[in-house]
Amino acid sequence: MIKVTIDGVETEVEPGTTILNAARQIGGDLVPPAMCYYSKLKGSGGKCRTCLVKVSAGSAKDPRPMPKLVASCSTPVQDGMVVQNITSPEVLEARKGVVEFLLINHPLDCPICDQAGECHLQDLAFEHGSAKTRYEEERRSFDKIDIGSKIQLHMTRCILCYRCVFTANQITNERVHGVLNRGDAAEIGTYIENVIENDFSGNVIDVCPVGALTDKTFRFKSRVWFVKPMYAHRNCDKCCGKTTVWMKGDEVFRVTARKDQYGEVEDFICNDCRFDKKLASDWTVEGPAPIQRNSVQAQNKYLQGIKVDAPKNIGYGNISDR
Amino acid sequence: MHSLSNRSKVVVKKEMTLTEKMYLPAILGGMMITIKHFFKRKPTIQYPEQKREFSKVYRGRHILKRDEQGRENCTACGLCAVACPAEAISIVAAERKKGEEHLYREEKYAKTYEINMLRCIFCGLCEEACPKDAVYLTEELAPANFDRSNFIFGKDKLVQPVGTSAHPKTYKPYKK
Repeated sequence: MIKVTIDGVETEVEPGTTILNAARQIGGDLVPPAMCYYSKLKGSGGKCRTCLVKVSAGSAKDPRPMPKLVASCSTPVQDGMVVQNITSPEVLEARKGVVEFLLINHPLDCPICDQAGECHLQDLAFEHGSAKTRYEEERRSFDKIDIGSKIQLHMTRCILCYRCVFTANQITNERVHGVLNRGDAAEIGTYIENVIENDFSGNVIDVCPVGALTDKTFRFKSRVWFVKPMYAHRNCDKCCGKTTVWMKGDEVFRVTARKDQYGEVEDFICNDCRFDKKLASDWTVEGPAPIQRNSVQAQNKYLQGIKVDAPKNIGYGNISDR
Repeated sequence: MHSLSNRSKVVVKKEMTLTEKMYLPAILGGMMITIKHFFKRKPTIQYPEQKREFSKVYRGRHILKRDEQGRENCTACGLCAVACPAEAISIVAAERKKGEEHLYREEKYAKTYEINMLRCIFCGLCEEACPKDAVYLTEELAPANFDRSNFIFGKDKLVQPVGTSAHPKTYKPYKK
């Protein structure tokens, strides 16, 4: 076990743990945000730069600070390392810059986007970004491509985190899409007009941090804060069958995997569960799923009886707290 | 008990004097007050013929605006409905089809947009929440009706008719 100090909190972690995961073991506000890192996907991380932290002492042996801010998702901790995240103004400033870069080409179509309300980029920009854009040029645009009847691709919203590519590689048995071209022209695509369709392809929707990949069967059906997330399960021979169903009354609007406090899925689910089981009778409902207290989803009108996560954020605008 | 406002008077039950028993001075005093009001400015107006000017920030019934090209601004984002403290607004969204580009400004539009005028408290939070400049509260009063169901205003009553003035505050949907 090696010792590491993050924002003044000391903890002991296994050798080889990254700074981000060490921070997650401590938990709370000092966890750096991550847009591309996904703990369930091997090789993810290191692309979006939102998790930048300052290392003010490299290790006990060599306590010199690291010259530049480092990406905490891909930097392993060393014994005696001292890391600053929210206590360093430099980190917060850099993160603000990163958010601005991510938003340069991201369209401001949140009122239309189905991801709004559960979008990580929206949360990140709300917390770390500036209210106004300084960018004056045209945002990039792409030819629309159809990737099947179940998944909707909006390339203009993509931030190129590569999570969906890793998902297709590691969760499904065949990957037919990837990132084509380079630099400004880089886009998610199938190259030859192809349909992304296999038993687990729907998981790319859950891992997408923005609204680039959304559920076509839920497209424009409802906003996420008007539907109530419920934990439910069914016997499924392909996956674990444990899901969150998003309901309004007795109607199932959509099915997603269960997500933890960092927005990562607990267990990947199959397309049968996700797209085809849209009847309340298909599911055994266990109870309301936890909602992040400061989420807009908690702003809907179904709070009574729902266990809300993160009690630290009391007073963030939750009706029942007032 | 100690008085909080110091304005309460302790009631004393005492015998009335002769002048008080005659009641005439008291009646005259009361009449004076009545007569004084004949010479004051009348605050009453003859309502249907005369109308008071509305305040510039008056919040009356809603309209859903169109843009300069006559397309509906509303994109059914649901922010008005989630901002509404009275839960008066309900929206069903739909996707714009090919050939409807002249009707709706964005890819998504409100298929139904209903405001329950019996629930609405005219607080204007929907107007404030709207990111698309679509919903505005006009100076028009919400009309009275005999039937509760007529108070649920759908798109037929809310959307600004094509070719009318676009200014939200002075726009009057029912004016002849």
